[in-house]
Amino acid sequence: MYVAVKGGERAIEAAHAWLAEARRGDPALPELSVAQVEEQLGLAVDRVMAEGACHDRGLAALAIKQARGDLIEAAFLLRAYRTTLPRFGASLPLETGAMRIRRRISATYKDLPGGQVLGPTFDYTHRLLDFALAAEGEAPAPAPEAPAEAATMPRVTGILAQEGLMQPEPPGDAEPPDLTRQPLSFPADRPLRLQALARGDEGFLLALGYSTQRGYGNAHPFVGEIRMGEVAVEIVPPELGFPIAIGEITVTECQMVNQFAGSKTEPAQFTRGYGLVFGHGERKAMAMALVDRSLRARELGEEAEAPAQSEEFVLYHCDNVEATGFVEHLKLPHYVDFQSELEKIRQLRATALREAAE
Amino acid sequence: MMRAGFADPVLDAQACFRAVLEAMARPGRVHRVAAPPEPPAPLAAAAAAVLLTLADADTPAWLDAGAGAEAWLRFHAGCPLAASPAQAGFVLACGAPPRLAALAQGTEEEPHRSATLILQVKALEPGAGWRLTGPGIEREHRLLVEGMPPDFPAQWAANRAGFPCGVDVILCAGDRLAALPRTTALEIG
Amino acid sequence: MMAPGAENRSREAAVETVTGYNFGYLDENTKRMIRRALLKAVAIPGHQVPFGSREMPLPYGWGTGGIQVTASIIGPGDRLKVIDQGADDTTNAVSIRRFFARVAGVGTTERTADATIVQTRHRIPETPLREGQVLVYQVPMPEPLFRLEPRVAETKRLHALADYSLMHVKLYEDIARTGHIATSYNYPVMVNGRYLMSPSPIPAFDNPKMHRMAALQLFGAGREKRIYAVPPYTEVRSLDFEDHPFVPIRADAACELCGSRESYLDEVVTDDRGGRMFVCSDTDYCTTRQGTQGSAREAAE
Repeated sequence: MYVAVKGGERAIEAAHAWLAEARRGDPALPELSVAQVEEQLGLAVDRVMAEGACHDRGLAALAIKQARGDLIEAAFLLRAYRTTLPRFGASLPLETGAMRIRRRISATYKDLPGGQVLGPTFDYTHRLLDFALAAEGEAPAPAPEAPAEAATMPRVTGILAQEGLMQPEPPGDAEPPDLTRQPLSFPADRPLRLQALARGDEGFLLALGYSTQRGYGNAHPFVGEIRMGEVAVEIVPPELGFPIAIGEITVTECQMVNQFAGSKTEPAQFTRGYGLVFGHGERKAMAMALVDRSLRARELGEEAEAPAQSEEFVLYHCDNVEATGFVEHLKLPHYVDFQSELEKIRQLRATALREAAE
Repeated sequence: MMRAGFADPVLDAQACFRAVLEAMARPGRVHRVAAPPEPPAPLAAAAAAVLLTLADADTPAWLDAGAGAEAWLRFHAGCPLAASPAQAGFVLACGAPPRLAALAQGTEEEPHRSATLILQVKALEPGAGWRLTGPGIEREHRLLVEGMPPDFPAQWAANRAGFPCGVDVILCAGDRLAALPRTTALEIG
Repeated sequence: MMAPGAENRSREAAVETVTGYNFGYLDENTKRMIRRALLKAVAIPGHQVPFGSREMPLPYGWGTGGIQVTASIIGPGDRLKVIDQGADDTTNAVSIRRFFARVAGVGTTERTADATIVQTRHRIPETPLREGQVLVYQVPMPEPLFRLEPRVAETKRLHALADYSLMHVKLYEDIARTGHIATSYNYPVMVNGRYLMSPSPIPAFDNPKMHRMAALQLFGAGREKRIYAVPPYTEVRSLDFEDHPFVPIRADAACELCGSRESYLDEVVTDDRGGRMFVCSDTDYCTTRQGTQGSAREAAE
């Protein structure tokens, strides 16, 4: 019946009620608390903060609970909240060299000052389902603690730079653009690109980074260093004129070292691909570093034919909040357009049949 | 003491914006600002309301209205002051205006990056004076403007010829305003 | 059969206004940024002005551009009508109308004639719009050339040069191959003889309504972060060729409910044996006509 497909208000209310019920699941089971999500699904919280572009573990955990574990939906909730917040100012650049390190590995040197620190990693776990976790588990025994490392942990890229082998990054005083206030424009400079990649979808960047390793973009990457830990966030209040720390956040940084054959004007050296994300997001930081380097192709005078080297292609499509909205909008009614297509196809067919008959 | 801005910054700005939008969409129609602020002289109500409605920290402004008006605008709108008219997004002229050609014109790819000139004049009267035609106008709008530089029509013709680049003008007198987007053709009536 | 929308014409008055958000949801800085973009868009008819589109509490692709434009112009004195596919009671139209009732506390209406702002997805109302009304379009892809040239930097250059040969060639090839232009909706238009513009995915049937419309037409594309406009009484021409003039098409039928042979029709499948009926896509137009016919009948009896 025609009327049945219309009249949405009550249908919307009923759908919302059903959604709330489905979210809760079996009420005989205890409800998941936001604190539990924050503590025990920490990597989901990290991903939602990164893609939601808002560092707040509690809100990210709430978003995950509200979104029934749909992380893209959760990132969207966080973004929509973030956009309503007033801006008090911008922080100073994070000093990741001064990170309180929980994990630090280099693939380019067997050992280096400060050593290799595995930290809490899945890397060498055997991926066997742990059925003990399915039972009511007791808290695990505390992990052994190494004596505090007195040595500083210099960056691998810094070690290479001492020898002049690492392309220096020109220090920039220019105010970086703000993607949340100005739309993308092209050519996009590196600060803008990195900003977009840092908010970008992990899966999309992973696939693009992967493609550069398979020949779509001629990458020769080494993991110079991955480090994860806590860094201080500092601001300079105008009334004080000097920096003060307002807190600490966890970040993961990846510096990929790539060969660069050199050009007529520049000797051969290593170039950097850079990745930085909120929380412990190693896969994302690595993928970001690969894509950052591949997006530098044009400025380094390399061929730029592969998808991962196309600024427009990567930056316009890496945002999962935009992507999911537009893909999913296809389920909205389109029957007016479809009707015009129906009439047009009928017209085209009638013309073709008439001509065939003649 | 700093003189007041909008009594209701949210709703007064909305009402003023709708007047400016209507004015820009129907060039030559005269609108009245319903809830004017109380700017320091020589700034009058309509020009001040337009600036409060549109200017902020993201839009450098240039004005010739003196230190009192500048301080008032910086306090209420928070906009930086441009060193020259060419660098301003909004240019306010109470006296002899800078030449249109001296203001930001935008580019062929980004013609929207052009200046908006807010021109405070003696009087605005519909129904007589210039004959205006172009987008936004069904047949013709008449607009009488008192206190314009005599060569304005010639400058305006050159401005219009540069389309899609060019300056848009908001004319203000007392609490009244009208607009000339770059598409409007102007004949002396 | 019950007339679509008849029962809920006045049902929505009681939506509660939310607290804790600014009037119209957007903060004042964002509104000013959008307002500046709108004024430049009106001054350069058909030109796409980039703007700092914000994340909205509705998904991208679901009308965030139109919502941001409406939120930046709406005031307490406005009466808002929202339609999707021509109908006031489609779910997304209901959702957007409720959003504004909650965040701006404005009056809403389903009558085209009573509205000061009409936000639309995919249709232009059948009732001619007048001065004092603003039509806000939700736009998914603002770039008319995007299927022919996906690179935004390149299409910007083509607009600067007014080089629209790609589109002319495409339409010409359609005619050479099939005898007709194969585009039936989102049919490209030239605005004021200068800019090629996407009319948003309205059926080509609606294109002529844009030409010299008395109301102001504003277009918002949230995800693509572009705003554009057509001032009142501005020339809007659907692209065509002298020997293949533009012809708007509609289903060759009368509305089953109001009998209109002028309005755009939805085709409704009534059974699985090929049964069809046609009804107006514009629910307000159809309901109003049925009402007039009903009172005319009563008067005659």
